[in-house]
Amino acid sequence: MANFTPLSAAIGGALIGLAAVMLMLFAGRVAGISGITSGLLGIGSIDRGWRIAFIAGLILAPVAAMLAGYAVPLPQMPTSWIVVIAAGLLVGFGARLGGGCTSGHGICGIARLSKRSIAATLIFVGTAIVTVTLMRHVIGG
Amino acid sequence: MLVIASLVCGFIFGLGLLISGMMQPTKVLGFLDIFGIRYGTWDPSLLVVMAAALAVSGVGYLIAQRRPTPVLAPKFDISTKTGVDTPLVAGSALFGIGWGLVGLCPGPALENLATLSPQVIVFCVAMAVGMVAHDGWYAKRPATPPSGALAGADG
Repeated sequence: MANFTPLSAAIGGALIGLAAVMLMLFAGRVAGISGITSGLLGIGSIDRGWRIAFIAGLILAPVAAMLAGYAVPLPQMPTSWIVVIAAGLLVGFGARLGGGCTSGHGICGIARLSKRSIAATLIFVGTAIVTVTLMRHVIGG
Repeated sequence: MLVIASLVCGFIFGLGLLISGMMQPTKVLGFLDIFGIRYGTWDPSLLVVMAAALAVSGVGYLIAQRRPTPVLAPKFDISTKTGVDTPLVAGSALFGIGWGLVGLCPGPALENLATLSPQVIVFCVAMAVGMVAHDGWYAKRPATPPSGALAGADG
């Protein structure tokens, strides 16, 4: 487990949990990124302000880190545009149909012991593991 | 005030993703690739991220919801759905396939826009198209009229 980074994972995870609690305490909202984003995209959406602010803060975090001299690594993405586009479509459509994503179900939903969120998280982690296994060890050989 | 509080929450959330390493898709894939257990390359960091986040949010939600209302909003807006239904199962299954293909879910995808990676920009556009396709078309498609609807009009 040469890549395992438990300390930074625990610190980062605690910050994610803290952000979720603060958003609930102040705005009464679940910190589900797909829900926050889709509410921005909808025609006739009336509560765009806090959504835009949350996503702006999300994007500003690595910008601030870069300005402070922290080296933010570039994301390593697949070279195939078809894979990138297909993955984006599946993530967007799937998160909306399933009512949430890794943050909304995986963290906020499980934190309130929602059966739907526990089921959703087990299902998407499961199909993701199957997908990675097929891509890396079956198709990719 | 609500906008400022929300900006701060997004910022802290983003710092958490950055510090935990979850902005990097290959780190997420290192968790999802369970064959790595056999080869000694498996990376359980994502489990630690989730456990730490849940420990804080689980306790924090209980404390926050002791208040009758949020500090800056009229009410707590929390899903009241309870049952596990077909859309939940199908949507989550599709979401997981997309997540496994690249290693990006919505939070890290949007946050990685800061790196101006062309692939991330295209991923985010496709993700937005997927969301609009659901909200604007799939969820609004006309429901099949129940059989006997016309006959029912007589009665």
